Amino acid sequence: MTSDRMTSTVRQIGGTALTLLVTFIGLLAVTFIISRVVPIDPVSSILGDRASAAQIAEARERLGLDQPMWQQFWIYVTQALQGDLGLSVRTREPVAAEIARYFPATLELATLATILGVVVGVPAGVLAATKPGSLYDQIVRLIGLMGYSMPVFWLGLIGLLVFYGQLGWVSGPGRLDASFQMMFEFEVTPLTGMILVDTALAGRWDMFANAFSHIILPASLLGYISMAYISRMTRSFMMNELGQEYITTARVKGMPERRVVWVHAMRNVMVPLITVVALSYASLLEGAVLTETIFAWPGLGSYITDALLVADMPAVLGGTVVVGAVFIGLNMLSDLLYRLVDPRAL
Amino acid sequence: MIFQPTRRGLGKLAVAALMLGASPMALLAETPADTLVIADAIDDIVSLDPAEAYEFSGLDVNNNTYDGLVELDPTSGQMVPGLAESWSVAEDGMTYTFKMKAGITFGSGNPLTADDAAFSLQRAIKLNKTPSFILSQFGWTPENVDTMVTASGDTLTIKTDKAYAPTFLYNCLTSGVASIVDKADVMANEVAGDMGYEYLKNHSAGTGPYILKSFKPNEGYILEARTGHWRGDAKIPKIFMQHVPEAATQRLMLEKGDIDVARELTPTDIEGLSGNADVKMQQDVGGQVFYLAFNQKNENYKNPKLLDAMRWAIDYQGMVDTFLKGTEVVHQNFLPKGYLGALDDNPYSLDIEKAKALVAESGIANPTVTLSVRNASDRMDMAQSIQNTFGQAGIKVELKVGEGAEQLEEYRGRLHDATLQSWGPDYPDPHTNASTFAQNPDNSDEAKATGYLAWRNAYDPGELTAQTQAAVEEMDPAKRIEMYAQIQKQIRETSPFILMFQISYQTGMRGNVGNFFTGGSTDSAAYWLVTK
Repeated sequence: MTSDRMTSTVRQIGGTALTLLVTFIGLLAVTFIISRVVPIDPVSSILGDRASAAQIAEARERLGLDQPMWQQFWIYVTQALQGDLGLSVRTREPVAAEIARYFPATLELATLATILGVVVGVPAGVLAATKPGSLYDQIVRLIGLMGYSMPVFWLGLIGLLVFYGQLGWVSGPGRLDASFQMMFEFEVTPLTGMILVDTALAGRWDMFANAFSHIILPASLLGYISMAYISRMTRSFMMNELGQEYITTARVKGMPERRVVWVHAMRNVMVPLITVVALSYASLLEGAVLTETIFAWPGLGSYITDALLVADMPAVLGGTVVVGAVFIGLNMLSDLLYRLVDPRAL
Repeated sequence: MIFQPTRRGLGKLAVAALMLGASPMALLAETPADTLVIADAIDDIVSLDPAEAYEFSGLDVNNNTYDGLVELDPTSGQMVPGLAESWSVAEDGMTYTFKMKAGITFGSGNPLTADDAAFSLQRAIKLNKTPSFILSQFGWTPENVDTMVTASGDTLTIKTDKAYAPTFLYNCLTSGVASIVDKADVMANEVAGDMGYEYLKNHSAGTGPYILKSFKPNEGYILEARTGHWRGDAKIPKIFMQHVPEAATQRLMLEKGDIDVARELTPTDIEGLSGNADVKMQQDVGGQVFYLAFNQKNENYKNPKLLDAMRWAIDYQGMVDTFLKGTEVVHQNFLPKGYLGALDDNPYSLDIEKAKALVAESGIANPTVTLSVRNASDRMDMAQSIQNTFGQAGIKVELKVGEGAEQLEEYRGRLHDATLQSWGPDYPDPHTNASTFAQNPDNSDEAKATGYLAWRNAYDPGELTAQTQAAVEEMDPAKRIEMYAQIQKQIRETSPFILMFQISYQTGMRGNVGNFFTGGSTDSAAYWLVTK
């Protein structure tokens, strides 16, 4: 790479980072304003019906709600940029610490779901694209359509009923069985908060197996929805590429079809596909509230929803900031990946 | 080789996908023999410090990890000695003496002393968290509590600012905020003068039958039994509470035997479980009451005939028999069943003709009610039933649906016209509900006395304010009961409140589980008696 191109790349990345920072602050501003204009007083909704005027005044002062809004926002942004997301109104715990407790459960679930979505979705999409209109294509499209259209709440309950209730192939809701959960509490050091990773690091394969039998159903469910989206988009991207002249040229030159599809066409499909996978992953990292509720999964989605229901605005804001940061982070990552898979992007 | 997808290939792919979803390690788990596994929604827990815990799930934990001076027997609901062996009240009615039981230890092994008891009550007042008002009613403030509550040897002396009904003090001492904590353990974990506040959020330091071993918000907690507890050892050594918010999930886990007890089942789940021989249901009334309240800023709601018409225009039993399906029982008095002095007669029933005649007698042409209701399915069902039957009686009802917190703001600001609400008692004494329904010392907007439901509805209960105060100061328990009976009758017949239901908890459990006491309307769950 010449120094000119290097400078240009650095400039582009710098520009993207700046745009993302502005987006991030914009997101903070909008969420902050919404949190302050909702017709709910966080103090009275937290302290309950019997709180005295002195307790309410003390809480308002402690939360900085007695200061002008711009000042509250300024304090919030400066603290947020230093990793301090304030204290939860409800529990009086640091929001950052609470999110650090909930996020690993979501990260574990979303990562496994995305892996399943990609591993199944990409080949399925490619298969369908190579034989458009065929039976395989119809089946892939039908499965995709079902994944799109069926309510996740219903799918989750049916999944539980069939695979846990009737067939007994998987374990039930929660992250571990009661007996393993008790062992995990006292025998494993939670280094990452992700039970699969922590049990593997501790070499506790019995617990790992149990954790896997718990996570596989919700991960498959979310992975199915993710797969529906990824396969549909892969099919569309691949069909577009397969109609290009360079593909015809490659075929005329006698290149094996597998190489045409998986090397030549796939390379170009990768660029838009990275965005699709990143967006799908990011949306799962927001936390899937309904799935978390059905599977008693203590993730970020439930945390933000619970906070919203009791008007715990620092927690809602903190959750939003993390979700925003995840989107921005994944966007940057996909930008970098474009450059790796497509030299023209440089 | 040319890549050529075949039906067999696709079939292999489908099987592979299925196998990914079907872990070979899946176990048909049963609950461990030494552990009671309970599923409940415990996301209401804010703190497990007795000075702050004020939500159902947190109080359930503390009822098993702490004891009070005075306790409620979980099997009968009767008041019994707790950590105090005996007590007496002086002639002036303002000085109480509690003699502590000997030989009791905390989970840490430290012996219990009267000094621990004094420290615990003082601490609750000084920390000034939400439930502290239960104790500050006796005139205790952070400034004077060290002189109002004192310890000497094995005796604890409690002073009150004036003479109250002794049962009022004893009942308040059974509440969670009056739990006795281990002073030495708490102070050893003090940070920056917080009297162990941060520590007790997720640790226990009590004399209770269990010790809190682990607590993870929105995930669960683990309790481990102590040996040699003064009440006798717990029957089951470990309690594992799993946070399972979804009722259908709880039902499935109960059917599979992965949990022993399910505490959040809906009427649909209960119906679905009815044919299952491995599972049984237990019904207990709770403390929460459901009521309609009419804001008397609207002059129509001062008209006794209209209020009476509305009382006869509600299908109380019909609602219980249909969509409420046992989750509520008809109860038309502000004191829940189980409370000292609670009336349990329900004089009103649906009588459309009578209601119509009363509307005509009221002289109000085409009365209209705007009913605020929280966007929850049971409340919406109730509101729609009321809308229907009021309509038949000639009272038009418009529903104003909103979120709970938003509606609470409206209610506290006296901005509603009428509202469908529930109220849970704060402590196990009749004064808790009597004071809010039947007292309103200053009905002006400026008073902002949002703690009084009467004030929120601009209702001036007149002499009832003084009568309620007299009842809480009545020394004769029998007379006190009679006073509450009169107050309840008057509220039932003359106030802008229409009490309708009392909550009923349905607990699903495996057939081998016995002695699971939920605490009814006055207390919290007792795990130490459970067998399986």
